[in-house]
Amino acid sequence: MSAVATRREAPRRSLVNTLSTPVILIVGLVIIALISQWRADVVFDRVVTVLFINLLLAVGLQIFMGNSGLGSFGQYAFVTIGAYSSIWFSLTPAQKRMALPDMPKTWWLYEQHQPFLIALLIAVAIGGLFGALIGVPLVRLRGASFTIATFALLIVVNRVALQWAELTRGARTVLGIPKYTDLNVALIGAAIVIVIAFAFKESTIGLKLRASREDEDAAASIGINAAWGRWVAWTLSAAISALGGALWAHFIQQFSPHNFYLRETFLIVAMLVIGGAGSVSGAAIGAVLVALGQEELRQVENWINVERTANSVVGNLIPFEVRGFADIVLAIAIILVLVWRPSGITQGREITINTFRRLLPGGRRIPQGEADPVLGKTS
Amino acid sequence: MNPISELIQYLVSSLSLGGLYALMALGLVIVYGILRLVNFAYGELVMVAGYGLLLFGESPLPFIIVAILSVIAAIIAGVAMERVAFRPVRNSNAMTMLITSFAVSTLLQSIALLAISPRPRAPNLPSIFVESLTLGSLQVKIVDLIGIVAGVLALVSLTVFLRRTVIGLALRAAADDFTMTRLLGVPANRVISAAFAISGMMAGIVAIFWIGRTGQTYPTVGLQPVLIAFIASVLGGMESLKGAVLGGYVLGFLTIGLQTWLPQGVNNYRDAVMFGIVILVLLIQPQGLIRPSYSREVR
Repeated sequence: MSAVATRREAPRRSLVNTLSTPVILIVGLVIIALISQWRADVVFDRVVTVLFINLLLAVGLQIFMGNSGLGSFGQYAFVTIGAYSSIWFSLTPAQKRMALPDMPKTWWLYEQHQPFLIALLIAVAIGGLFGALIGVPLVRLRGASFTIATFALLIVVNRVALQWAELTRGARTVLGIPKYTDLNVALIGAAIVIVIAFAFKESTIGLKLRASREDEDAAASIGINAAWGRWVAWTLSAAISALGGALWAHFIQQFSPHNFYLRETFLIVAMLVIGGAGSVSGAAIGAVLVALGQEELRQVENWINVERTANSVVGNLIPFEVRGFADIVLAIAIILVLVWRPSGITQGREITINTFRRLLPGGRRIPQGEADPVLGKTS
Repeated sequence: MNPISELIQYLVSSLSLGGLYALMALGLVIVYGILRLVNFAYGELVMVAGYGLLLFGESPLPFIIVAILSVIAAIIAGVAMERVAFRPVRNSNAMTMLITSFAVSTLLQSIALLAISPRPRAPNLPSIFVESLTLGSLQVKIVDLIGIVAGVLALVSLTVFLRRTVIGLALRAAADDFTMTRLLGVPANRVISAAFAISGMMAGIVAIFWIGRTGQTYPTVGLQPVLIAFIASVLGGMESLKGAVLGGYVLGFLTIGLQTWLPQGVNNYRDAVMFGIVILVLLIQPQGLIRPSYSREVR
């Protein structure tokens, strides 16, 4: 186990330093939550809550993509499953009559009504189970084949959700879901997922998976079963995506399968790639940057549109209604990151105490090893 | 309707749709064969040609000129896309290129949304797109007949191009072994640009018939064609041009067949079943119906 040996040789990679990452990230999130509370702005509160849920999804995707090196466009298949299965259990039969009018009253599911926490756990279990089953054959694939298969999975789940009206109300919007998720719930969820992602990365199986990501043959020669590690990461990531879906469903209160498709997938992938897929910090930083950046752009967009309707000088400069400007900037940002800094902003490194020490005057830069082009430095 | 004319009807519709699907798949596979890039933004080339039809259709030019201009617009867009976005990430791994193409696709869609309109717009199409021929009890859409001819023509001319021209030879060689081809002195950039130009041309031809069928163009008009191209090319084999053509025709016959003979309730799940099949093919027969072997192909 060369990784252990390296750890002893490098004095800066102490246990405290390693463990500081999740603490720093969670403190960062708490600070954002406090700012939101201090501003007491409903819109900002909403933005931050959605940000935390997206961060949870991005970190969930990082568990799989970062450790296995395979790309997945299928996370929203599990978000869909998580969102719908949570409302099957959290709604009362009376609420189901409104929200899911096509569900037969004779069904066992119709009578179910559980506390929110139990409904969340059930959603996670269903999403995780589905991921575990589909993952058995899927983890045999590599490279582009794997990504296409996950993309196909997303479409299959989306089409089934659009058609299976008894369970999902089909293409129509499910309305009247009670609001159980608020800023604090989303914060707790994101914090738990950061800890899980971190624990997985540093666990034996995570380490082995990262080893086989670098060189599958070499890893296999010392007895590492890459498929097993990939399966565990995939299942974990599926369960977390389902959790994200369940939390989001009870925040947004109304949704349809159209809310879980390519645009949303792109947003999460963008967060991960911009931040850096190789580290948990990358997923978290990417999520915060993308979410806040998009919000700022949307405000600029609104401002321009208001100016336009008011026929002011600025408004008349722009010949068309501004729409989807935030998406354009996001797409350009992701292309630029991939061209100039393919391992993302963090270059696959984690934020630790050392990161801050280095910023201080007289701080020593730790020499960096050779970086993988996409995932960045691995240790 | 008697069984014979029903069969003819089925054959005409299937051949026309199959040819269209084959062209869609070819445009995707010609790039994949060389770069191992699954180009999600391929659908946006269809969109570019669609808006070309809309824009040039406003002018008094005859439709054939409008169509040619639209195809040229898609070719230019394809080559530009490669130059700006894909060339810088060409040597990265599959995941980077996939995500880049995802980003390019979103970018172009958003630009269309912002600069044109999110609402569907109807280009001026000649009446030939809606007229039908009636022969006894048989009713055949003229556009289906043109589609069959155009599909076959495009396939034949692509085959001739790949077989008879130097750049065609280079393309086939590059698809077989890109590194080796470059070592032999074939300029990589020119080969890849040619592949994207062909991809754009396919997208342009597809756009004319696809939008001719639906009569509308909108920012996400390319999504369905690109999804179909995925299914067809995975079915036929991602690395084989012949496979892409075969996959396209198989899918065309399958689609029309399911549409005609399956009850509506089951038909709603058609897409789900199709993509389920994609996953199965990837798992069981990843090379598709035809094994990749460019050097022995199109002969």
